[in-house]
Amino acid sequence: MYPSLKHDTSLLELSGITKQFGGVSALCEVSLHIRHGEIYGLIGPNGAGKTTLFNILTGLYQADRGQFTFNNIKYNGNSKPHVLARAGIARTFQNIRLFSNMTILENVMVGRHLRTHSGVWGALTRNATARSEEKATIEYACSLLSYVGINRPYQTLAKNLSYGEQRRLEIARALATEPKILALDEPVAGMNATETANLKELLQTIRAKGITILLIEHDVKFILNLCDRLAVLNHGKKIAEGQPEAIRCNPEVIEAYLGVDPVPPSRCI
Amino acid sequence: MIRPWLGIVIIAIVLMILPFFTDALFGRGWVRIIDFAMLYIMLALGLNIVVGYAGLLDLGYIAFFAVGAYCYALLNSPQLGLHLPFWIVLPLGALLACIFGVLLGAPTLRLRGDYLAIVTLGFGEIIRIFLNNLNAPINITNGPQGISMIDPIHIGEISLNKTYEIFGLVFSPVHLHYYLFLGFTLLVIVISLRLQDSRIGRAWVALREDEIAAKAMGISAAKIKLLAFAMGATFGGLAGGLFAGFQGFVSPESFSLTESITVLCMVVLGGMGNIRGVLLGGMLLVALPEALRHGSGPAQQLLFGKTLVDPESLRMLLFGLTLIIVMLWKPAGLWPSNQRKSELTANTGTIARAQQDS
Amino acid sequence: MDTLLQQIINGYVQGSVYAMVALGYTMVYGILGLINFAHGEIVMVGAMVALSVVQLLINSGLPPQLVLLFSLIISVSVCMSLGYSIERIAYRPLRKAPRLAPLITAIGVSIVLQNLAMIIWGREYLAFPPILPNNSHRFFGAIITEVQILIVLVALIMMGGLLLLVHQTRLGCAMRAVAENPTAAILMGVNTNKVIAITFMLGSGLAAVAGLMISARYGIVHYYMGSILGLKAFTAAVLGGIGNMRGAMMGGLLLGLIESLGAGYIGDLSGGFLGSHYQDVFAFFVLISVLIFRPSGLFGGRIAERA
Repeated sequence: MYPSLKHDTSLLELSGITKQFGGVSALCEVSLHIRHGEIYGLIGPNGAGKTTLFNILTGLYQADRGQFTFNNIKYNGNSKPHVLARAGIARTFQNIRLFSNMTILENVMVGRHLRTHSGVWGALTRNATARSEEKATIEYACSLLSYVGINRPYQTLAKNLSYGEQRRLEIARALATEPKILALDEPVAGMNATETANLKELLQTIRAKGITILLIEHDVKFILNLCDRLAVLNHGKKIAEGQPEAIRCNPEVIEAYLGVDPVPPSRCI
Repeated sequence: MIRPWLGIVIIAIVLMILPFFTDALFGRGWVRIIDFAMLYIMLALGLNIVVGYAGLLDLGYIAFFAVGAYCYALLNSPQLGLHLPFWIVLPLGALLACIFGVLLGAPTLRLRGDYLAIVTLGFGEIIRIFLNNLNAPINITNGPQGISMIDPIHIGEISLNKTYEIFGLVFSPVHLHYYLFLGFTLLVIVISLRLQDSRIGRAWVALREDEIAAKAMGISAAKIKLLAFAMGATFGGLAGGLFAGFQGFVSPESFSLTESITVLCMVVLGGMGNIRGVLLGGMLLVALPEALRHGSGPAQQLLFGKTLVDPESLRMLLFGLTLIIVMLWKPAGLWPSNQRKSELTANTGTIARAQQDS
Repeated sequence: MDTLLQQIINGYVQGSVYAMVALGYTMVYGILGLINFAHGEIVMVGAMVALSVVQLLINSGLPPQLVLLFSLIISVSVCMSLGYSIERIAYRPLRKAPRLAPLITAIGVSIVLQNLAMIIWGREYLAFPPILPNNSHRFFGAIITEVQILIVLVALIMMGGLLLLVHQTRLGCAMRAVAENPTAAILMGVNTNKVIAITFMLGSGLAAVAGLMISARYGIVHYYMGSILGLKAFTAAVLGGIGNMRGAMMGGLLLGLIESLGAGYIGDLSGGFLGSHYQDVFAFFVLISVLIFRPSGLFGGRIAERA
């Protein structure tokens, strides 16, 4: 596969993450283990707790219990979003959240925020440091836009992009933060076959750069083809974890997806 | 390449001769109105940072104007017997307003939208009530009577309260203040423009557009919001100091909720987030009531032969109607910022040029 | 002890008025997400219209109860049509506009109404004829007037009726549906425009009743009375959790009590440093403290951060 990547070392390790909303348990003692450079899938029926897990991982929700270790640093599940982003966790959203009235270039430039330093003084004086940083930011953003395959005038407003392009812009914006792990929430939802194939290719080149990918997806074929390993959540619990072939025929997974009895045990999803 | 320069030169000349032109054509009262318009423009540009860029609805913004004005008044009047130089007092007022901005902003960081609006409104009222009542037990603000006999602005040997004659041109106090205020207004415009096209400015707009996405992109919402409050308040404090020096008198009634709302109307009516729009809104909302004040009495005489309706009420009535009609006609403001962007969309080469320029 | 009771009674009466007005804010906010800045002016118009009707009929020989009833009916209908017109002209065209646009038209409407009232009724304080029985009763050492009792009763009846309407009727069900999700409500066949118009009319009707009550209590009407009252009622609505009807009622009562107790005891609390003119500071201070610990008000739901 990718011999150069350190498949053995762990990048992100979740242990015992628990989150309740009111009395409903959205996540219950979930533990995952994601290695450097792999594409890791997270599947499960609607309401299984996948997006909740993303929100905890990116600091938008606080975990009730549990912790995770990312890049050898321990987080107790109530760190602020910007701290986690700085540590190297970037994400996209299930229902695309772009800065719709900003240009596509500015959207990606916002992603550079945490890797740049100009403050008010730099903005007011436009000194050499601020100017060169701004120039570098623009260049970085331009190159990312062409990298994800958006060939539009840079001044196009984000809201005027097509659906598929908006998904790509979100990925470009996330990549601008120079993440170690890229968490994608249903990146191919609503895309046609060509767009899906193109995106698959893009994700593989991103991984080839050494960025680990964590992926929520409902398109089972897409995820089984793309992922190195995956975990299955159901009702907030992890019911399986492993390589795609093993997951396909796991009886508990089949039960979660297809229901109980009438399924002969030999069937695979 | 000559054309932009030509435009700037023409604008500069117009701005230089504007007070004399106005004086000759409409009378000295209108020069004074232009001076006030510039104070309001500074305020509107400050509020534009908070509301227009960062999307934080602030209904108590006039409090920072009050802080700047009272700071100037207290340090430059017989009230405390202090008479400090202009170049110390003005920055001090701006700094104090900035500190107030952070102090008032800090507790509101978790609040959203309209909850923020009522809390800022509350802060504005609290400051006004204190100004109104801090004449007992110790007399600090002189209560509702306000502070009078504030020293006029001195710059070096020049007192802005005297009339000078240079090469046969008569520079009256309103003329002198015009040039001072023009300088500060231009400064505030440049600062706004530079902030807008910077890392900080983008962070503000990102927060306004989608706070959750902005946080996930590594923007520290608390820090960036406080920065917006602080910058906006600084402009307010600056304008306040100039106001106190110009007017020679401050009292709490200049800093009522109505004033906060007027400044907000300038920002929204002109076009939130767009500096040109805010300038337009500021000028319109100062000029319109004045024009109506002078026009509504005579117009009635002309139409009906007598004054049917109190001109003051009629003036405000028409002002309110104008607000409604303009917003119905142009809901995004007269000169919205998106328009600027869609104009640029047609021009792909802009960024390449921007890169060369920088 | 009797001053404490007196302050509580006064605060409760004032709070009932705030609650009636706050309901208007909260219903509109719940459905449109809009601060109806003109709502306070509707209270003022209600009071002014009632005053004019009373002045017209007071010497006609009709019994005072009937005069009051007429003035109530006329002022409620005027305010309802006013509320309807405002929504139709100033807010409906802006439903899809940027969030602050309707706020500015609301401010415009408020300025227009205030100055129109000043042109029609003048800028002086006007005396409201004492047509309500104003005997006072002693109640455990405190004094309570009949007008005060009437205000509390009317407020209770109106609010109870409103809650019944919203939670027990088809119309109320439609209102809640529009508040929850306007698009889905349209798809389910709810006539959103009609529901929103009715909401405005209900709120304006309540405002008219509140206007009449408050002018009967203080015996004074003024074109500027709406702004201050509106501001207080809006504060009350936010205190309770804006968009939440029970919150507006509780917020109104609470604000009335806070103000009244604040005015009575702020001097003692601050060791004589702050006098009773700081009662508004006290009210805002309580509001701000509440919002810092409960950012969605006392009864408002947690704002879900959906990602």
